[in-house]
Amino acid sequence: MGRLIKRYRWAIPYVLMAPGIAWLAVFFVVPNVRMLQMSLSEGSVERGFTFTWDVANYTDNVVRFGENFQNSVIFGGLATVFCFLVGYPLAYTIAFRGGRYKNLLLFLVISPFFTSFLIRTISWKIILGDDGPFLEIVRDILHLVPTNFSVLGSAVAVVAGLTYEFLPFMTLPLYVSLEKIDRSLIEAANDLYASRWGAFRRVTLPLSLPGVFAGSLLVFIPAIGDYVNAELLGGPKTQMVGNVIQARFLAQNDYPTAAALAFILMAAILVGILAYARLLGTEQLTGGRA
Amino acid sequence: MPGPDARPAEVEVRLVDVTKRFGDVVAVDRVNLEVRGGEFFSLLGPSGCGKTTTLRMIGGFEEATSGLIELRGQDVTWLPPYQRNVNTVFQNYALFPHLTVFENVAFGLRRKGGLEAKEIKRRVEEMLDLVELPGFGKRKPNQISGGQAQRVALARALINRPAVLLLDEPLGALDLKLRKQMQVELKRIQHEVGVTFIYVTHDQEEAMTMSDRIAVMNRGRYEQLGEPEELYERPRTRFVAGFLGVSNLLGGSREGSADGYAVVRVTDGSRLRVQSALLQGIEGSFEIGVRPEKIRIGTGGEGTGGEGPGGEGPGGEAPGELDQLEGTIADASYLGVSTQYIVELRSGERVSVYEQNVERTVHGSLHTSGDRVRLAWAPDHAFVVASDAAGPDQT
Repeated sequence: MGRLIKRYRWAIPYVLMAPGIAWLAVFFVVPNVRMLQMSLSEGSVERGFTFTWDVANYTDNVVRFGENFQNSVIFGGLATVFCFLVGYPLAYTIAFRGGRYKNLLLFLVISPFFTSFLIRTISWKIILGDDGPFLEIVRDILHLVPTNFSVLGSAVAVVAGLTYEFLPFMTLPLYVSLEKIDRSLIEAANDLYASRWGAFRRVTLPLSLPGVFAGSLLVFIPAIGDYVNAELLGGPKTQMVGNVIQARFLAQNDYPTAAALAFILMAAILVGILAYARLLGTEQLTGGRA
Repeated sequence: MPGPDARPAEVEVRLVDVTKRFGDVVAVDRVNLEVRGGEFFSLLGPSGCGKTTTLRMIGGFEEATSGLIELRGQDVTWLPPYQRNVNTVFQNYALFPHLTVFENVAFGLRRKGGLEAKEIKRRVEEMLDLVELPGFGKRKPNQISGGQAQRVALARALINRPAVLLLDEPLGALDLKLRKQMQVELKRIQHEVGVTFIYVTHDQEEAMTMSDRIAVMNRGRYEQLGEPEELYERPRTRFVAGFLGVSNLLGGSREGSADGYAVVRVTDGSRLRVQSALLQGIEGSFEIGVRPEKIRIGTGGEGTGGEGPGGEGPGGEAPGELDQLEGTIADASYLGVSTQYIVELRSGERVSVYEQNVERTVHGSLHTSGDRVRLAWAPDHAFVVASDAAGPDQT
């Protein structure tokens, strides 16, 4: 046995990776190749689909569903920004001021996951509804909006839902990167004439950028492809690409269009991520601490 | 900013009744200190003695619970670190990992502002030269060694020309050889820039080699403050005697005096002399101390067992019976440059003696276990410590 292992030592990494690779091959590569093929096909469920290199599925649909793409990018982007604006102070407070309540606070951050996200999104419908608590306060008590004002069905409701849903995905990576910052670095910055804000801007923030990067990807990628929030909280004008793909695939059986849209979205996300990594500086993300 | 020129004898840092409490724990207890300009001042003590807390209060990282901290005559007790003209070299260096060595060193100058980029570049390069790291500016902290990181940390602090440089066990993470090298280096740099150094360490040898003056701290207070030689030759408390090297302490009571010396009878009955001046100000019981390397060891002492006061040794080479102890060698260990003997006195107390191995050959020690010996020393080498109830320190 020992000799066998010694002889085939080189094979061990491959053996260890095999289940993962098999999984990816069966459930990622194969479906994607099929999807790619489908996106270049024409036909219908009744007549069957034929692979024709039909590039029109791409060119036509970008124009046809341009507004939905726009909605996806804007809503997903706004949700990412709001998650950052809410999540950073939250993660910062837990990491630097949490003391012995750190674990409890982190648990509270992920506690929404114990309820189905469908239920949670539906409860947002109640919160933002015309008779819900939000409008009751803003409209009936504070009189900040006219009586016929409605939140549900608007872009505001969709972005609010997305922000809520993906907030933990922003908060956790931010927490991890903030938590591991050596406190003496902040003291050193103060010692070298940086004020509290200066130390944050020059030391804490740059050192937490890996968390910002990870967090915004974890929020932006699922948010841009989301359709449940737009479905339940949005209206006809706030449909995202996800809604179109879902409808084409499941309701209209228009597989080629749905597949092409999915690929366009995937490509857009990849380009976006690369640009974003460039912007933040790859060195910041990888060349941090030894 | 004032120039880096040394202004000796001027008080640079003054602590008045500075106390720091963490909850119920008193970390620093009414400390009064004056550190002079250009001085290499060390706070020495075991971990938990309050030395780091004292340093952090001077740096502004901890607020004093009560008391006053002055820097060049200005009350800085309540100022945040970035408004104090002091800089710190941290124990783990605390270099900014996302910035290059150049930007680390330039950090303070950039925050203070008012300098052109060209001038900043010039000063950073000058500083890197001073710490012997020219051309390292473009590296990241994770691309340099521990010793180099140490130098960068020093450059980063000194470039701001602080009134006082605080160093918190800066050599603690380095290996022994590098540490010795950096000790010399630190001394050289301090000499060159003339900045006052306040140095925290638990390593007595390190403190002795580098410092102009040392405050030996224990339980939130300093027990004695003085030049290294003074602390070693004339420790005034058990703790100081034990923390700085090895010492033999023998309890006794004053019996008389003669020509500027007090005669003290110790527990085993021998009479030892000590300079009368050393007994001044000592109330209650005290102990006489002698460093092991000051003791001469001689053969003899036969037939004097248990005679009590003034037990006279017949034919010993030492003059008279004063300043002598008799005992039996309990243990001898070879230490290279010297041999350490543990000698048991009639009273059962044990005394250690270091004998230089000048006359020793490879054929073994001059004395072996069980030998009766006579210990003698010059009375001027004896010191006195007050016996407080304080802790069991080294004998």
